[in-house]
Amino acid sequence: MNDMTPIQTTLKDWETDQEVRWCPGCGDYAILKAVQRTLPMVGADPKNTVFVSGIGCSSRFPYYVESYGFHTIHGRAPAFATGIKLANPDLDVWLVTGDGDGMSIGGNHTMHVLRRNLNCQIMLFNNEIYGLTKGQYSPTSRAGTSSPTSPIGSVDRPALPCAFALGSGARFVARGFDVSKNLPEVLKAAYEHKGAAFIEIFQNCIVYNKDVFNDFAAPKGAEDRQLWCKAGEPLLFAKDTKGLALDMDTLTLKVVDVVNGDWQGAGVMVHNPRNRGLAHMLVEMPFGPFPMALGVIYDDPAPTFESAVVAERARLIEGKTADLGKLLSKGQTWTVEEKDAAHGLMD
Amino acid sequence: MATISAEHETGASVQDAAPEAVVVRFAGDSGDGMQLTGGQFTLSTALAGNDLATFPDFPAEIRAPQGTLFGVSAFQINFGSQEITTAGDAPDVLVAMNPAALKTNVPALKPGGLVIIDTGEFNKRNLEKAKYDTNPVEDGSLAKWDVLAFDISALTLEAVKPFGLGNKEALRCKNMWTLGLALWMFDRDRKPLTDWLNAKFAKNPVLAEANIAALNAGHAYGETAELAGPLKKLHVDPVPSEPGLYRTITGAEAVSLGLVAGAQLADLPMFFGGYPITPASAILHNLVKMKEFGVTTFQAEDEIAAICAAIGASYAGHLGVTSSSGPGIALKGEAMGLAIMTELPLVIVNSQRGGPSTGLPTKTEQSDLYQAVYGRNGDAPLPVIAARSPADAFECAIEACRIAVQYMTPVMLLTDGYIGNASEPWKVPDPKSYAPFPVSFLEQTNNPEGKVLPFKRDERGIRPWIKPGTEGLMHRIGGIEKGIDTGDIDYAPNVHQTQTDARKAKVDSVAGTIPAQDVCLGETSGKLAVVGWGSTFGPIHQAVRRARRKGMDVSHVHVRHVWPLPANLGDLLKGFDRVLVPEMNTGQFKTVLRDQFVIDAVPLNKVSGQPFAIGEIEDAIATFFDGIPGHAEGEVPVNETQLPTPEA
Repeated sequence: MNDMTPIQTTLKDWETDQEVRWCPGCGDYAILKAVQRTLPMVGADPKNTVFVSGIGCSSRFPYYVESYGFHTIHGRAPAFATGIKLANPDLDVWLVTGDGDGMSIGGNHTMHVLRRNLNCQIMLFNNEIYGLTKGQYSPTSRAGTSSPTSPIGSVDRPALPCAFALGSGARFVARGFDVSKNLPEVLKAAYEHKGAAFIEIFQNCIVYNKDVFNDFAAPKGAEDRQLWCKAGEPLLFAKDTKGLALDMDTLTLKVVDVVNGDWQGAGVMVHNPRNRGLAHMLVEMPFGPFPMALGVIYDDPAPTFESAVVAERARLIEGKTADLGKLLSKGQTWTVEEKDAAHGLMD
Repeated sequence: MATISAEHETGASVQDAAPEAVVVRFAGDSGDGMQLTGGQFTLSTALAGNDLATFPDFPAEIRAPQGTLFGVSAFQINFGSQEITTAGDAPDVLVAMNPAALKTNVPALKPGGLVIIDTGEFNKRNLEKAKYDTNPVEDGSLAKWDVLAFDISALTLEAVKPFGLGNKEALRCKNMWTLGLALWMFDRDRKPLTDWLNAKFAKNPVLAEANIAALNAGHAYGETAELAGPLKKLHVDPVPSEPGLYRTITGAEAVSLGLVAGAQLADLPMFFGGYPITPASAILHNLVKMKEFGVTTFQAEDEIAAICAAIGASYAGHLGVTSSSGPGIALKGEAMGLAIMTELPLVIVNSQRGGPSTGLPTKTEQSDLYQAVYGRNGDAPLPVIAARSPADAFECAIEACRIAVQYMTPVMLLTDGYIGNASEPWKVPDPKSYAPFPVSFLEQTNNPEGKVLPFKRDERGIRPWIKPGTEGLMHRIGGIEKGIDTGDIDYAPNVHQTQTDARKAKVDSVAGTIPAQDVCLGETSGKLAVVGWGSTFGPIHQAVRRARRKGMDVSHVHVRHVWPLPANLGDLLKGFDRVLVPEMNTGQFKTVLRDQFVIDAVPLNKVSGQPFAIGEIEDAIATFFDGIPGHAEGEVPVNETQLPTPEA
């Protein structure tokens, strides 16, 4: 986000005249709407907003948002965003990437944009599959995923994007899923965080990996397996009948039953988004025995990269003037007088 | 001091009074400070008013094992009272700080040349490391040269004794002792050196004093030893040159200054994205210190991020610049394609080195020409400019900036390890003498009837540059083929045909604003044209000059604009009976010339990691004039003994 005056816009103002080219029923449609709902909510200004993407289904996103947009090359969106933001720190920069683009070919850049803490929002659409190349397994596919390149099931162990982000030094980590009504709230929190905000958005690829998140993201009946993290509130789920407590013997989280609303009695922890240790445990707890942690899991701002670069430059140029003539004649020089000068080439 | 009388009668002698030019090579272990010694000697030489050219030659290892043949670091300087365009062929004077340095460098020394040896390092262990069975100082194997052998190590220790340094630190002053001797030999002023040492060791005055004492001791040694041996004081007259203010400059400095000047002339802030790589890193090091000129530097996580960030900055309205060497340029290829496709300005500097792969990181080669001109997927043309010398790199960098912003295109600037590291005197230009080329961004829509048209070309075929942040001009760009004018995704057959043609026509049209190709020596037609590009300028120029003195009808043509080629180049070359193309590769520019002009360009190639010797090109020229029936013109085996490589 930037510090510009909030602008009044509506969802319609953020739609382009381009025909959206995702498969009918793709989760990307819902994410696009959630973003177009969030932008008016936060008072974003279309002329100062830039969507930057790499390659993949999700990376077509910039064409559908009425702002500035740059559809770049595979995996490199964080590097382009860094150049854009350093050239003009006043721009609001959103990155759109996927599990292939951001975790595989561009994993290196994802790591560095997070550790540098460039002020931007990074939406990683995780559908656990390569869509645009027709269904090969991805670095987040679960072991055993059948695909054209893994006919009897993939043997790779999957990466956890949020754990990767925390490990890279991210100061904001959140999770949501495509059709969740809470997604705009999560995106708003990401926008309001100063620094690199990493949002993993589970996204349903209805062609190559249909309903793979239904255990927690199904339209109906899966709510009990969602745990929405809210600052200052107990970590409760399943209609507040269960919660997360710390097992003091193993220093791991455990699921406890909450009877008659007495979560304190059950030892349920209160969510503190500044607690990095808790964030690690929340993003790594195995789904199944545990619920899926969603919402703002970690939010602890630190100085941004572009502000550090600006400050460094100010220190380096202190007391210096931009005199090109002086620069060119720096160091030890000598003068050839008219009387000493003869004539150049002999031929 | 041991001296051996030379048993020779001919050959250039360093004892001649007032020679026109002298070649000196300092060689030692890579930890001996030879590059520093050479650099400071260069500065003194420039201050004495000689023209000069240098050739630093060092191993890729930062500290190769001590005393080994592959750990030898050398610095050659050619200076004189005439225009100097090369680092010289064979040295007149060799300073060898250890047996390995002697073994790898003495074969290149002119017969009758002077070799100065530090006997303090000629012990059993070092002789073994250099694979000498017997001590060359004693076995007579150096008979064709003048030898001055004495214990520089001991003399240095003696000179710095009053300062109480440890043995190791004291021996580090050896290079200053040697430099003092060299300064005496060539009648150089010591003051710039003592000033420099005082500044360098401002925080440690004892070290400054010790180094100055070593320098003075070496100088004094020259004074006293003069009568005793072949050591003779030489005075090389200052070169006649145009009046004005001069300094020495390396290619890396010239590129950095040229980029800053170019961005200023375009009235743009500059964004430089780089990733450390030999021999390109020096440009990033320099630009970090020039931020008051609106320069932002970014040390990226890799080569790809470096160019992508530069393109992102160009998109946001800066002049994006990235720099690397061959392997890094290869990694940047896909992003260059995006800059071509989105038609954003960008300058890419390639300091070429020997390849392929890691190749020869610290040695020079011109083998990235194909990569520059052809090396991307798809039909992806971009202008390519090649600098001929360290000073010329300044002009070329400005020219690269101009073309990038005036044509909305990435431009590649080729230098090489030799140009980057070597230094030469440079007449400091007046920044006001360059015509500015200020950029204008689109601020108002170019389509009042509907949405802005980011790819609507002007009469020259150039699209507008639109910065994010501009009211009402929101648009999207990307690497997918785009519709005419709108930039919306569109890969209909006629659209791709039209856009590919437009991108090619745009780059071809650069030939309309570059100077016509000139002939830098000789007539504009005749029997033979020797055509070069890049850092081969010096040896070609001298070889052509010598051949012309012998009456041969030969001209030198040196091409700066490698792509697109100057519009008159084809006709110019067709005015010569034959065309010879010396290159430090296996014939890349020759291929371009044959392809573009259907002429029978004859290649002369060298890829030893060393620049051409003048004699090599001279010999090749002679084959066109010797009238020997069946003599294959231009085919001259490269003289491998010119600059020998270690046998280890």
